[in-house]
Amino acid sequence: MAETTVSSKTVKFIVTRQDKPDAKSYTEEFEVPYRPGMNVISALMEIQRNPKNANGQSTSPVCWESNCLEEVCGACSMVINGKPRQACSALVDKLEQPVRIAPMSTFPVVRDLVIDRSRMFNALKKVKAWIPIDGTYDLGPGPRMAESKRQWAYELSKCMTCGVCLEACPNVNEKTSFIGPAPISQVRLFNAHPTGEMNKDERLDALMEEGGIEGCGNSQNCVRSCPKGIPLTTSIAEMNKATTKHMFKKWLGV
Amino acid sequence: MKGTSFYSRKLHSLLGIIPLGLFILEHMLTNYSAFEGGKEGFNSSVKFLNDLPLVTFLEIFGIFLPLLYHGVYGLYIAYQARNNVSNYSYGRNIMFMLQRVTGVITFIFVVWHLYTTRFQVTLGNLTHEELGQHMNDILSQPVYFIIYVIGVVAAVFHFSNGLWSFLVSWGITVGPRAQRVSSYICMGVFVLVSLLFILSLVAFTGSEFEAAGLVNLATGMING
Repeated sequence: MAETTVSSKTVKFIVTRQDKPDAKSYTEEFEVPYRPGMNVISALMEIQRNPKNANGQSTSPVCWESNCLEEVCGACSMVINGKPRQACSALVDKLEQPVRIAPMSTFPVVRDLVIDRSRMFNALKKVKAWIPIDGTYDLGPGPRMAESKRQWAYELSKCMTCGVCLEACPNVNEKTSFIGPAPISQVRLFNAHPTGEMNKDERLDALMEEGGIEGCGNSQNCVRSCPKGIPLTTSIAEMNKATTKHMFKKWLGV
Repeated sequence: MKGTSFYSRKLHSLLGIIPLGLFILEHMLTNYSAFEGGKEGFNSSVKFLNDLPLVTFLEIFGIFLPLLYHGVYGLYIAYQARNNVSNYSYGRNIMFMLQRVTGVITFIFVVWHLYTTRFQVTLGNLTHEELGQHMNDILSQPVYFIIYVIGVVAAVFHFSNGLWSFLVSWGITVGPRAQRVSSYICMGVFVLVSLLFILSLVAFTGSEFEAAGLVNLATGMING
């Protein structure tokens, strides 16, 4: 008797869905059989296997994106019970039920939970979040990095462009062009690198363009939301210092 | 110059502290002289300010124009935010929202306050010597007293919390510890300056500031 009660236990999911990029969103409820240790992705997989809503009607399976399933790729970011996070590390046992799932609507919704994070990659291009070492001949080994610096720089390199900080930020919205916390922190990372440092002015210039670092309003939601625990507000303040210095240097140096 | 919003935002941040932050402290001290020195103390403070060299120049370039820029651009910044305190009820996010709310309250309050005081002096309806009595007329009415308390507390909060964000935005307080300590200091400034402002508001309701049988233009203006 006890066994049957366990096996028939279900978890209710309320999913915000959208059929097309320009369609209106709606919510649909699902009852998913409970399995110990299940996460939101496995629940979505269950819905995919048996696409019936809570009323037993057949419906289209819910679309979502995921890759690594270990919180390092950032693809499965969605709003779960009001907070943006990765669905793969959202264990159902630790979630309040019914579980409410919605796309991160700061980004354009492609379908259901699938969003288009292109703006983040465009921002990385804008701030030149890379180290140019390509050339026609071997440049030899670069300068070495101090271990003490490497330790904190490594923390910044954990950014997976998941978009959670942009979703949480009150200043990233359709009324502004603010690039958000993640790319600002990447400027700090690449400017800290001994070789990357050689192009630091270009990255600071990019941060001082429209939609750059001035968009930060210090709500500090980003640092509270980052799944990788990246010290985003420290990065932003550090870049505030760097851009301020850069501004005076440009004024007084020319 | 490329990237104008970087510079306009930077200017907005700077003007909020220099000169506007300094002005609010100066204003607090002048008002406080009403609490400490009564009518005489207040009038001598007002006289001291009006005897400053280039006082009109200081008023226009040190107060009025910075206030206009900071206020109008600030309204635009407030409009741009999509406040999300219900989902992210973190302390700093609440402060972010309050900074915008108090900014708008302060803007409305300051426009009204300027109109009823400084602008009336410009129009010739009021002299500097009558200001204390004029404030007594306004603040003796409980509704206006409450409006003044709200306006002043909002303005001081906006200044104190703005001082905190100024330190972050200019890269002075970088790490979490520095930002935490500066938030305690700024909230200390908020409590202290608010208290001194409220004490001076109370002082203006005292009988020594009451009109001594003079024809009271001010009340007529406020009521009509």
